[in-house]
Amino acid sequence: MEKRITFLLEVENLKTYFFTRRGVIKAVDGISFYVKKGETMGLVGESGCGKTITGLSLLRLVPEPAGRIVEGRVIFEGEDVLKKSPAEMRKIRGSKISMILQDSMTSLNPSFRIGNQVGEVIRLHGMVRGRTLLQKVIEALRLVRIPAAETRIRDYPHQMSGGMRQRVTGAIALSCQPSLIIADEPTTSLDVTIQAQYLRLLKELQEQTKTSLLFITHDFGIVARMCDRVAVMYAGKIVETAETRDIFDNPRHPYTRALMSCLPKIEVQLKILAAIDGQPPELGDLPPGCRFAPRCSEASEKCWRYYPPQKVIGRDHGVSCWNVHQYQDGESNRGS
Amino acid sequence: MQRYLFGRFLQALFSLFVLLTIVFFAARLTGDPVALLVGEMATREQVEKLRAYYGLDKPMHVQYMLYLSHLARGDLGRSIVTSRRVTTLVVQRLGASLELLAAALLLSLTVGLVTGVYCAVNRGNRFDLLGRIFAVIGQSLPVFWLGLILMLVFAVWLRLLPTCGRGGLSHLILPAVTLACGLSAGILRLTRSSMLDILSTEYIKLARIKGLSELIVIWKHAVKNGLIPVVTYFAVLLANLVAGAIVTETVFAWPGFGQLIMQAVIHRDFPLIQGIVLFVGSFVLLANVLVDILYTFLDPRIRYN
Amino acid sequence: MAVYSQKAFKNLCSIASTMRGAPKIPIVILVMVFMTAIFAPLIAPHSPTVGSLPDRMMPPFWAKGGSLNYPMGTDALGRDMLSRVIVGTRISLSIALLAVFFAGSIGTIVGLVSGYFGGPIDVFLMRMVDIALSIPLILLAIILAAALGVSFTNIIVVIVLLLWPYYARQVRGETLSIKERDFVLLARVANCSHTRIIWRHILPNVVPSLLVLATLQAAFVILVESSLSFLGVGIPPPAPAWGLMVGEGRVYLATALWLSFWPGLAIFLTVLSMNLFGDWLRDRLDPKLRQI
Repeated sequence: MEKRITFLLEVENLKTYFFTRRGVIKAVDGISFYVKKGETMGLVGESGCGKTITGLSLLRLVPEPAGRIVEGRVIFEGEDVLKKSPAEMRKIRGSKISMILQDSMTSLNPSFRIGNQVGEVIRLHGMVRGRTLLQKVIEALRLVRIPAAETRIRDYPHQMSGGMRQRVTGAIALSCQPSLIIADEPTTSLDVTIQAQYLRLLKELQEQTKTSLLFITHDFGIVARMCDRVAVMYAGKIVETAETRDIFDNPRHPYTRALMSCLPKIEVQLKILAAIDGQPPELGDLPPGCRFAPRCSEASEKCWRYYPPQKVIGRDHGVSCWNVHQYQDGESNRGS
Repeated sequence: MQRYLFGRFLQALFSLFVLLTIVFFAARLTGDPVALLVGEMATREQVEKLRAYYGLDKPMHVQYMLYLSHLARGDLGRSIVTSRRVTTLVVQRLGASLELLAAALLLSLTVGLVTGVYCAVNRGNRFDLLGRIFAVIGQSLPVFWLGLILMLVFAVWLRLLPTCGRGGLSHLILPAVTLACGLSAGILRLTRSSMLDILSTEYIKLARIKGLSELIVIWKHAVKNGLIPVVTYFAVLLANLVAGAIVTETVFAWPGFGQLIMQAVIHRDFPLIQGIVLFVGSFVLLANVLVDILYTFLDPRIRYN
Repeated sequence: MAVYSQKAFKNLCSIASTMRGAPKIPIVILVMVFMTAIFAPLIAPHSPTVGSLPDRMMPPFWAKGGSLNYPMGTDALGRDMLSRVIVGTRISLSIALLAVFFAGSIGTIVGLVSGYFGGPIDVFLMRMVDIALSIPLILLAIILAAALGVSFTNIIVVIVLLLWPYYARQVRGETLSIKERDFVLLARVANCSHTRIIWRHILPNVVPSLLVLATLQAAFVILVESSLSFLGVGIPPPAPAWGLMVGEGRVYLATALWLSFWPGLAIFLTVLSMNLFGDWLRDRLDPKLRQI
């Protein structure tokens, strides 16, 4: 394992629960991962697995009063974010850590012009005004390749196309040169052709600015294209984490393997599309052991009773599964 | 935007015509409008003169044209009781009513909007509960009863304020508060629910992600969008305001058009009633158009379409 | 086909079964008000319209000069206030129910037609609705009363004219969203006639929100009717309409405040209970109508 000092972000045993009238929902239940400087980390999982809440927890924007971070440490640039005061958090948000949200139509305020919305964050953290501010806004828009930026700043969100709007949210995120950008499914609401463009842009910008990127998605295809490393989440826990290539070549956790086998491969003619039997569990009603046990074909009594600790196998590859020692390196995945 | 405004203006025009037509027929429903328009003390000559003036012997559509032409000239007829021109009487009373309406509107908008925002932001806690209790009570209180009770307590028992009539600020307080009560309750509820919707949107989330302080998030980002439903509610609000004003003026003997119309009812002064209805109705329609213009400034989606 | 309207019917039944957590006091008050209205002539100790002049202007029983014979006091004509308030319940409730029924029917039909068929019909009808909403109806109420005189029927007509646009608007909105739902599309694929679709599929799903609106509107009607009666252009005397009683008692406010107080209190409590109940109903039903 590499020395701790080089990690930009280190999350230790983060737990975010929601306290509702119907009981406690353990949206994020003890996850740990790290992100290095300049790398793209993917956080993959189905809807409802807790990945979005993870992103919000890092910025301490979990919806209150129902939601609360109950335990854990989030160490960013050497300091625990969870111990900071609200004022200190506000300084970090937007300038050191920023976020790109999924749907640009709803994440931009419909009543304000684009220039105003981009300028707002620059003015707040950069303390610039007037002409300098205008310059910076135009620079930020040019950075994300928005043509005719000088005229575009006067537009309202509804006057722009979806792809263009998503670039604006990218501009807002990048404008203050953050060390970490959390991208929460930024391409889900875009057309497929625009998706590819946008991802390319993100990748280029990331390499250009050396920003770390935490990419939250449900799409393994995007992971393959964008991420250096990836963590797979299921029902509030991280079940496997590895470098992208390792995950694709050698998925170890039954859930990851099941997800892989669901991806149709172009060279194989499939008669039936594979799917994983069963449903993700209710987050208010979790079994004491491995969360995937109800749907796992290899689940044993032990799997149901006790939660498997993370085992490190190979270089930088961690898996939480009791059955993992049964497989050897090199064994390829067969469809479950 | 021009298309939107033009459409609204056209609609206001239609509404105006509907209003004019209803009033026109109201007088003629009884069969012999002369009785309504002239009163019991009129001489034969006066009756004949009036018949000719309104063209009451002529066919309906001619009468209607005459009616419209009178209105176009600002001629609303003459009051039976005082024989003065209705237009003059109404204009005299305008100032008093506007004073009361402005005071009530200002009060209710301030209280309603601010409290509504505050309740939404502090959802669930004691202040919110108090606000909601106030809102539901305010909307359930009959305006006339509230006015009488306030008058009883503050003017008769405590002798802090005058009972009725118009004068300085102290005369304005009770009527304005009475009128503002129901109004602010409605505005509070609407603002609160609109703000609750907005506070859960993605763009508010993004505003927080940017690192903006809560104060700015709420008062700059949320409120700007939150006001929009309140503005669209304005048409209904205005109609309620007029009704409330008539009742309040009656209770507090405030010398506005509300009191005037009720006196006209008591004295069976139909031309005066008719004149006030036309005047005030048109005024309300005009106000609605002005509010529509205001709306386009608040919602850029309308402006740039 | 029956399956899908059964779904709609189940919605109605599930409403009845979710009465847990209902605001108890308002419901109790409303039940009492209804019972009072129904059994008014039996409950009222004296006649509401015929008074006993020697007993005029008596204060409530706890004050000096009051008696338990007339617990709430008597008015200027010696009529028992309690009896008048009790019988007044009938007037207020019957106007509320009739007005809501007629306005609701008209408004629902307009809303269904407008929302379902769309196009120029929709545009036209909604323009009518907007026009109706922009004219302050109280003015028309006053002028119609002046022209035609005051009566029970007149006031109902006026209030129905005031109310129907609210129903039309809401029903239209609901219809627009319901008609896109799967079970309606299926019905159309199966070649059901328009009437059948509206009646069996759309209408049952509109009913819950209609009930909420009706409850809140009933409260509104009572306020409107009492204001009109207070002004003298509503229910004519000697009927014991609450608003009218407040108006009659106004002259004696300083000396005999009970004349205006009791009827006003009755209005307030009834309207408050209706509003609280309607609000609770709306909160209950909303999550089922919209997605959380």
